[in-house]
Amino acid sequence: MSAATFINIQNLSVGYTSQSGEIIRVLRNVSLSINRGESIGLVGESGSGKSTLALAALGFFKRGLRALEGDVEFDGIDMLALERDDLQAIRGGRLALIPQNSGQSLTPTLRIGLQVAEALRLHSQLNESDFEARVVELLTQVRLPEPATLLSRFPHELSGGQQQRVAVAMALAGEPDALLLDEPTTGLDVTTQAHILELLRDLASERNMAMLYVSHDLGAISRVCDRVAVMYAGEIVLKGSTKQVLLSPRHPYAHGLLSSIPRLTQTSLPLALDGRPPMPSETITGCAFADRCALADERCRSTPPTLKQLESGEKVRCFHPDRIDQLPVVNKTVTQKGNVSADHGGDALGLNQLAISYAKPSLWNQLFSNASMPPATVDNINILIRTGETLGLVGESGSGKSTILKAIAGLISPKTGHLVLNGEGRLTPKVENRSALHLRQIQMIFQNPDDSLNPRHNIAQILAQPLRLYFSLTGEELRQRSIELLERVRLGSHYLDRRPSQLSGGEKQRVAVARAFAAEPAIVLCDEVTSALDVSVQAAVLDLLNELKAQRGTTYIFVSHDLAVVKAISNRVAVLYQGRLCEIGPVEAVYSKPFHPYTDVLLGAVLEPDPNFMPKLSADDVVELSPPKTGCPFQRRCPRKLGKICDTDVPPGRIFDNGHQINCHIPETDL
Amino acid sequence: MSTAALTKNPAKRQRYVAVLLDMMNRPSGAIGLSLVLFHLCLAIISPVIVPYDFKLQDASLMLSQPSNAHWLGADHLGRDIFSRTMLGGREALLVTGIATPLAVLWGGFVGILFGLTGGRLDEILMRIVDAFLSLPWILKMLVLIVTFGTGLEVLIPTLAFFYGIPVIRIARAATHDVIARDFVWAAKARGHSRISIIWRELLPNVLDTLMVEGAMRWSWMLLAFSSLSFLGFGVSPPTPDWGLMISDARGYMSFAPWGVIGPVVALSSLIIGINLTADALAKALGIDRAQKAPM
Repeated sequence: MSAATFINIQNLSVGYTSQSGEIIRVLRNVSLSINRGESIGLVGESGSGKSTLALAALGFFKRGLRALEGDVEFDGIDMLALERDDLQAIRGGRLALIPQNSGQSLTPTLRIGLQVAEALRLHSQLNESDFEARVVELLTQVRLPEPATLLSRFPHELSGGQQQRVAVAMALAGEPDALLLDEPTTGLDVTTQAHILELLRDLASERNMAMLYVSHDLGAISRVCDRVAVMYAGEIVLKGSTKQVLLSPRHPYAHGLLSSIPRLTQTSLPLALDGRPPMPSETITGCAFADRCALADERCRSTPPTLKQLESGEKVRCFHPDRIDQLPVVNKTVTQKGNVSADHGGDALGLNQLAISYAKPSLWNQLFSNASMPPATVDNINILIRTGETLGLVGESGSGKSTILKAIAGLISPKTGHLVLNGEGRLTPKVENRSALHLRQIQMIFQNPDDSLNPRHNIAQILAQPLRLYFSLTGEELRQRSIELLERVRLGSHYLDRRPSQLSGGEKQRVAVARAFAAEPAIVLCDEVTSALDVSVQAAVLDLLNELKAQRGTTYIFVSHDLAVVKAISNRVAVLYQGRLCEIGPVEAVYSKPFHPYTDVLLGAVLEPDPNFMPKLSADDVVELSPPKTGCPFQRRCPRKLGKICDTDVPPGRIFDNGHQINCHIPETDL
Repeated sequence: MSTAALTKNPAKRQRYVAVLLDMMNRPSGAIGLSLVLFHLCLAIISPVIVPYDFKLQDASLMLSQPSNAHWLGADHLGRDIFSRTMLGGREALLVTGIATPLAVLWGGFVGILFGLTGGRLDEILMRIVDAFLSLPWILKMLVLIVTFGTGLEVLIPTLAFFYGIPVIRIARAATHDVIARDFVWAAKARGHSRISIIWRELLPNVLDTLMVEGAMRWSWMLLAFSSLSFLGFGVSPPTPDWGLMISDARGYMSFAPWGVIGPVVALSSLIIGINLTADALAKALGIDRAQKAPM
């Protein structure tokens, strides 16, 4: 077996025949080769064809797609010419796939042990009697705790990170020579993601596997890959070593993509990449990126560039790789987020001793048992939000950040505590009982615009809802106001007749933003508003939110799991764990020493798109399902736990300058 | 309800036109729609174009073979089977054509109501629905028909009632799907009234499902009506009806098998047509989740 090319994709084009009989190309003339022991990252935004390419390496095409031309070879075997039975022997055996969201790829009704054994039955020569020992060995290899007891568990009893590890174990069962990973850590918490990436990296180097790592996340790519290929509109536009691509990208698209990622080292907003990629059905005469490129000239629009090798070793599909320096790097055009002084405007919203509980005692327990209730999901939240400021709420899944937003919106009632609006008086907990004025003043933007915009309404109808409800606008007045709103979110009047399904993800989220601002609100609740978007689109939406805030002095409560995004947009940050406040203070204070141990863990796990950056992993990624009954919420995972006091006593608030507060037993000087 | 919206809102009208065009572009939709349309036209104009009077008995023609004068032969009373087949769907289409919308309306209404209520009451009501569905339909219907008689005034409400019950399940499930989505939460957070949320956010999304369900119910109901006629509880003689005709011709199958061909072909082509239409409608509306297995 030659040490050279292991997976070899040559001049591959993949496409489908449209209803009108045209052949539409999703991948255009893509070549990629991976050597044994090498890991290659495949980066691109949604629709760039990166997943299609990874699946093509398996000789697999999604329904409707087919290879139009080109070759796919795996270790000298022509994958496109193989019969189904022969393909099945290779797939999952020597060439394994680890999909995104493996929670859905595990069978919910089979125990973990059986599912991993199934992979052994298909792809190993072992005797049935040796399966159990081997399964335990595999689960140990993927660093799952107590593998012997895991055998009899069902998938739903494991956390998302553990499920992903089981998927890795199943992939390893066939002793693969190559791994294909399709967004394997997307949707996991930062700490979990960092641990899984470490695991994958170590496995690949131990077993000398070839890896193709598909992701939109350049931070993850920088941790595991030696080389990176950047895809745009079905083509590879830049190929080079991870260092070259991430530190000095020589293609304008890669450059734009990297500048649109918010980073912990910056406090300003990232630079948005305007426009949208061409659809596969559009005819492209020149460079596919020309319309969005600041360097584009006549030649770029008329002649398609070829993939050329530079002296430094990268391959670039661009006429101007030497002019990249002329592109802007930092965001200078937009308004910087203003500092909110303590006396400015007063208080927008106060959360007083807020506690929220989802658990309801059953009738049986109420009558016959005095079993105590589980601790509240969210407890003891005291935050005062000032007018015109952006408060970021960060934490991993289950930290109660969205629950708090729902309580503010009146969608769930707090168990105890109350909300104070404008420093005036209590806000009625239930949305049904709130006054029209209060309703109008608090608006919410949801995570996924696919879900928050009614698919059966057009944009005009969507925007009309708040305008009719709060301002009783009708007819021409309504139309004018809707157009005004669309223009404010940088969309035009021609969007009025469209339906959400006809818009891109970023456009849909803009409509959702416009709908929230239609009410002329004082407070806007943003629930993970950029998590479902591509990074370049995320930057544009963040930019828009910041601009609207500057124009109108709106107060934001911005919930996100992404610490870099929160840092980019917020004035103040609150760090939550298990529904309890760990740390709150101005951005600069929270993101620098002194740290709450949990903040330290979170920041350490963030992956920067920089190969020189090393995450430090100081706590296990075990997911806790309910908060502890007494003491500090972080007691079970804390790397700096003091002792018994953490288990029994609620940590005191340590106060620093500028209202920076850390709830921890560790003395101020040691934090 | 939908017709009022149709004329009022051009965007909605456009959508239904697009759905219709989409259906006609699919083989299932084109075949299905033309079969249904053919039967509807036939039902309307057949009294004018039938070659013979359906009541006309000719003893000399009793159980005669198909011939040039009588294309499908004659039945045991010497009546022209071709003419009777042409007329045989009128009663069935009339009854089911009224009963289907009634069933979808009441079943849909109750289903949406259950779906919105939720909680323990919803659970209890659904178990009652389940219990009802577990009884054989023919038994349930015969009880009512034997008690109240077989006229249209009994058949239509009976069919509408029993065929509305499965619609409850569908409407409830569709409601549950929609109310969990963020756009409903968004409307709630804005402070819209319950009625407005149901009308604007929920109904448009449930309506598609109900339309497809209605088309499916229609074909089941036609089968049920024909079965009742076959058993002698549907249309009373001498009115021609496919179910009744099959029942009559069944006794002579061994020596005059052509008697069943006409009504069987007519009935099955109509039902296949409706099913194909429902299938194309689901696909055109984008609520058909059937997918090819990945293997």
